[in-house]
Amino acid sequence: MTKANTEVLEEAVRVIKERFGAAEHRFRDEVTLIIPPENIIEAAQTLRDTFGFNVLIDETAVDYWPQTTPRFHVVYHLYSMPHNLILRLRVPLNGNAPHVDTMEKVFPNANWKEREIWDMFGIVFDGHSDLRRILMPADWQGHPLRKDYPLGYEEVQFSFNAEEIDRRKPYAKS
Amino acid sequence: MVMLREVSVDELRHLVSERALAGETMLLNMGPQHPSTHGVLRLLLELDGEIVINCIPDIGFLHTGVEKNMEAKTYQKAEVMTDRLDYLNPIGNNLVYCLAVEKLVGLDVPPRAQAIRVILAELTRIGSHLLWLGTSSLDLAAMSTFLYTMREREMILDIFEMCSGQRMMTTYVRPGGLWRDVPVEFEDAVRRFLDLMPRRIDEYERLLTTNELFLDRTRGIGVITADECIQWGISGPVARAAGLKYDLRKVRPYSGYEQYEFDIPTQQDGDVYSRYLVRVEEMRQSLRIIRQALDKLPYGPVRSNNRKFVPPPRSELGVSMEAVIHHFKLWTEGFSAPKESVYAAIESPRGELGVFLEGDGGPKPYRVHYVTPSFANLQIMPILTRNHFIADVVGIIGSIDIVLGDCDR
Repeated sequence: MTKANTEVLEEAVRVIKERFGAAEHRFRDEVTLIIPPENIIEAAQTLRDTFGFNVLIDETAVDYWPQTTPRFHVVYHLYSMPHNLILRLRVPLNGNAPHVDTMEKVFPNANWKEREIWDMFGIVFDGHSDLRRILMPADWQGHPLRKDYPLGYEEVQFSFNAEEIDRRKPYAKS
Repeated sequence: MVMLREVSVDELRHLVSERALAGETMLLNMGPQHPSTHGVLRLLLELDGEIVINCIPDIGFLHTGVEKNMEAKTYQKAEVMTDRLDYLNPIGNNLVYCLAVEKLVGLDVPPRAQAIRVILAELTRIGSHLLWLGTSSLDLAAMSTFLYTMREREMILDIFEMCSGQRMMTTYVRPGGLWRDVPVEFEDAVRRFLDLMPRRIDEYERLLTTNELFLDRTRGIGVITADECIQWGISGPVARAAGLKYDLRKVRPYSGYEQYEFDIPTQQDGDVYSRYLVRVEEMRQSLRIIRQALDKLPYGPVRSNNRKFVPPPRSELGVSMEAVIHHFKLWTEGFSAPKESVYAAIESPRGELGVFLEGDGGPKPYRVHYVTPSFANLQIMPILTRNHFIADVVGIIGSIDIVLGDCDR
């Protein structure tokens, strides 16, 4: 990382902190900005247009259940191709059925990534053009990557409860 | 009792044009069992005669819940699942996971282990490109290339078997180094491969590069521009074929790639043929890297000596109480990582493969997320296939080199 690039990063961090009320966190050589959910789209737009963060590498989420404030973090990784910098943005979301605005208008490839987050975590992206499940079957119930979703094992059938468990199992019965 | 919800046709209504609803265009399912979809991919094609107007990829048939499963395992045990994601690039998957773990806990890797990692990662790249070359030309009805590339790929798999005992799911790269040192036959085997391979690549090129039938099926097909690549987050050979000189081995070197001399092949057209040229040239560059790494392969240990994270060698267990304690702790409880998150990425044969890893202070990863190139590449299928013949869709799927295990995780 050349000196000019680090200066761009420091400048970007300073502007986002000032203008959008972000908090800064550093670990190893990675910079994370924690941004309030109402400002995330504008912040990403500023980073893209002013500081050259033109690639959305990744968008994902983390569940901190049983804690509910904030229960989720939506995590964005932005990459600046001209300056060769990575910046991580985190958006804390409260409650069990959170909403956040879609990033699709700024980075079109957020479309599938947000569909995946909806599928896996049940976070709703307002204004998303096509919010359907992407990895799980369309008729699936629940959001598998939530921490309160069990890993899932086959129930062991004993002679006294074999029929009862069999009735619950989702396969075609004659 | 699990309630199954009926999925109505109305939910898909916004994806197709008005003309499809009026019955002027035809909706056709391609896959999930179509042989040229390289796995289980379903494409919903909207056709006007033979012309594709819209293409809606439907993925998830190979979803195995690896990310969820990894959360329930210790850092070492979770690594075994990473091989199964991108089954053509097992070493790369291991490597990126280990880089993330090493970054999270702050672990150094000895230079010999780094060099061997590079050699194996480049061999995997060649192996993956060989399989891609075979299958994608098979899709375009060039049968014989497939037989030749599989023959050479076998040599690479033999080298993996020699190192790790496994042909494909090696789990050979471990946090802090490698599982063990390479056997003595390793160097000869790799050198034999290095001597043979340039001639064989020339052979493939003679079969395809100037082949009239191949050119007709690939030139001007599935075009994407460099700007669109940036917009859609595309990396790897697809972006390089569109003229974007972006390779993680150069811009953000890992595992000592900065020591080796190699070029990044690029093309300007961004079509199927350019992708073919880029990948063939990449194989040559990989051979160059392997030769350099092998020539100056340093001697020394292949595992970090930090016993809090890396288990002691078997020979110490009989003589050192300390070693027994470390061995026991590491294989029962595992090691703990700080409550932080890191992102590590490598250049996989398909593009940028990243891992977002978060620890919670305990011995299990709190969240692992694989950022996979196939997922990004499939998302641009509507752009690539628009206004092409339905027969070209097959060639385009082949050209972006999808691995559904990588895409669906």
